[in-house]
Amino acid sequence: MTSAQRAAPWPAIIAAFVFAGMLAAVAAIDNQRLVIALLCVFAVVWMAAMRLGVLARVERSAGQYPHALRGAILLAALAAVALLHEDNFGLLMIATVLLYATCCIGLTIQLGYAGLSNFGAAGFVGTGAYAAAVFNWLPWLPDPLVLVGAGLITVIVGSLLLLPVLRTRGHYAALTTLAFGIMFGVFVDATPVLGGPQGLKLAGITLLGWDFSNDIRVANFVISFYANYVLLALAIFALAIFIASRLDRSWLGIWLDSVRLDETASAVFGVNIGWWKILAFTAGNFLAGLAGATYAQMMGFIAPNNFTLADSLMLVSAVILGGIGNRWGALPATAILVLLPEKLQFIQEYRLLLFAIVVVVILMASPAGLVPRRIRRLEPGVVA
Amino acid sequence: MNNNVLDCRGLTVRFGGVLALNALDLEVGRGEILGLIGPNGSGKTTLFNVVSGVYRSDGGSIQFDGEAVTRLSPQALCRRGLARTFQRSRLCLSLSVFDNVVLGAYRRINSGVVHNMFRRRAFADELKLYVEKCGELLAIFNPQLTTRLFDPAISLGMIDRRRVEICRALIGQPKLLLLDEPSAGMTQDETSQLMRELIAVRRQLGSLTIVIIEHEMGVIEQVTDRCVVLNYGRKICEGRFAEVATDPVVREAYLGRAYTKSPVGPA
Repeated sequence: MTSAQRAAPWPAIIAAFVFAGMLAAVAAIDNQRLVIALLCVFAVVWMAAMRLGVLARVERSAGQYPHALRGAILLAALAAVALLHEDNFGLLMIATVLLYATCCIGLTIQLGYAGLSNFGAAGFVGTGAYAAAVFNWLPWLPDPLVLVGAGLITVIVGSLLLLPVLRTRGHYAALTTLAFGIMFGVFVDATPVLGGPQGLKLAGITLLGWDFSNDIRVANFVISFYANYVLLALAIFALAIFIASRLDRSWLGIWLDSVRLDETASAVFGVNIGWWKILAFTAGNFLAGLAGATYAQMMGFIAPNNFTLADSLMLVSAVILGGIGNRWGALPATAILVLLPEKLQFIQEYRLLLFAIVVVVILMASPAGLVPRRIRRLEPGVVA
Repeated sequence: MNNNVLDCRGLTVRFGGVLALNALDLEVGRGEILGLIGPNGSGKTTLFNVVSGVYRSDGGSIQFDGEAVTRLSPQALCRRGLARTFQRSRLCLSLSVFDNVVLGAYRRINSGVVHNMFRRRAFADELKLYVEKCGELLAIFNPQLTTRLFDPAISLGMIDRRRVEICRALIGQPKLLLLDEPSAGMTQDETSQLMRELIAVRRQLGSLTIVIIEHEMGVIEQVTDRCVVLNYGRKICEGRFAEVATDPVVREAYLGRAYTKSPVGPA
């Protein structure tokens, strides 16, 4: 590694705080004009960061100082929580962004690494959410088990789809998963035990004896109970990033990439294509189920219309917007896709139109997404 | 038991009504470089695809290294020590040179999920080893390639991509290497350069058995011990290049009556 490639830790630290600040500001501000102005500032800053190579510098420093990055993200998140301390809705939005981003990382493993199209992501998120709701019928079951169990149930339900997913490619695989997403909605809607169209209620989370429906009090400073969920969502997001980054930055990442890019060449060099696809599909579905279960317990109520085809498409578009195959892209992309429609309520039915225009404009300006995928960095000590 | 690395008997492949391979017998001796020539559509690449398990044969048998391997999967054949290149480059262009080459070592690495996810130190040691191996192998072809190990493959020129593809096939230390038209898309100078490098590598790796498909007769003359000529899925001639080149049947079917001497001289 040459000294020229050695970066400083501060670009990553500043980026974490700027991003958290932007997110908190957009989540907190109710004044429509201000939101629009802020979004414009955000867009300009991002474009400038990409054009001037700042984004690349941030990524390089983040890669070289993983501990500094982790610390900065945690501090930035805590600062954002403190800033929003009494704003229930704002905190809820931030937790939602983090959970959606978790789900997008699951999709990144499937679509970005192994090349499996999944247009039924909302069905998998919903499976996790409903599994958590059903586990709630057993009040003695501790919540960590509920969340992990819901992830595993999602994996099991997803494995029903393995055969069609392994046997189809491209558009056909997209159709299979799309069909699953739709069937999930229809099934839940028609099953009275699962509440049918009325949906199901869930209890809040209790973790290690701490009830998440309690406000956090630090001396005289009161923080809304939603902060609990923000921190849990952050932990789950961190787990997703950990899984995706270890997968990507090892032999597995190379095998998954070759499976996506050229099945024939991979097979000729001994790669067991089916096995790696199963691994990617399973890992992605687990993250979707885990995010879904947490989301369900946070909201306290779920219904079939929370998990529609539109949600599946939204998740796929978040992956494309973020930059296919770049796990960090999930965060800014879901921030835009979750916050924008919420904040633009005032233009009512036009908001989806505007939302679509924003996505198209971003992709025209940067076809590879907000954070384009770069060449793999396997291990900093061994390889520059 | 004979000492052949590859033994095909009565190999037949049909595409609808077309007999791509018609009861073909082919033997490849240990340590031999066999040239496979013939007009376009004569079944050369089909033979490679059947032998490497990409296509399934419709009849006949294949023995690889003394073991019956007819209709085995490409993965199973790779594990037994078979490697190949492709006529049209099949590198993953968006990945780095290292990623592409190390794919060829899959059968050697083959470490599990837990190992990769949680034993980072062991992984780092393994990685260091393979970075060195890839560097050494690429250096035999082109020393400059070692500095570009982590550049995307798309940034390489045609001849370097071919070198990377051949290194990918070599790094798993195969017993048999199938080279499908390594000169495709390259100039004559580049081709003879690449062949010289290939021979140098082979000298370093011990006497690797190679089957090479080529339309460049200079290459065939330069590197092969023996040639097999295919036409319409059948073997029409076999022998040393000098014998094959003068065979009237081969001249009629492939080389043309006016063929006298190769444009590329021996190395």
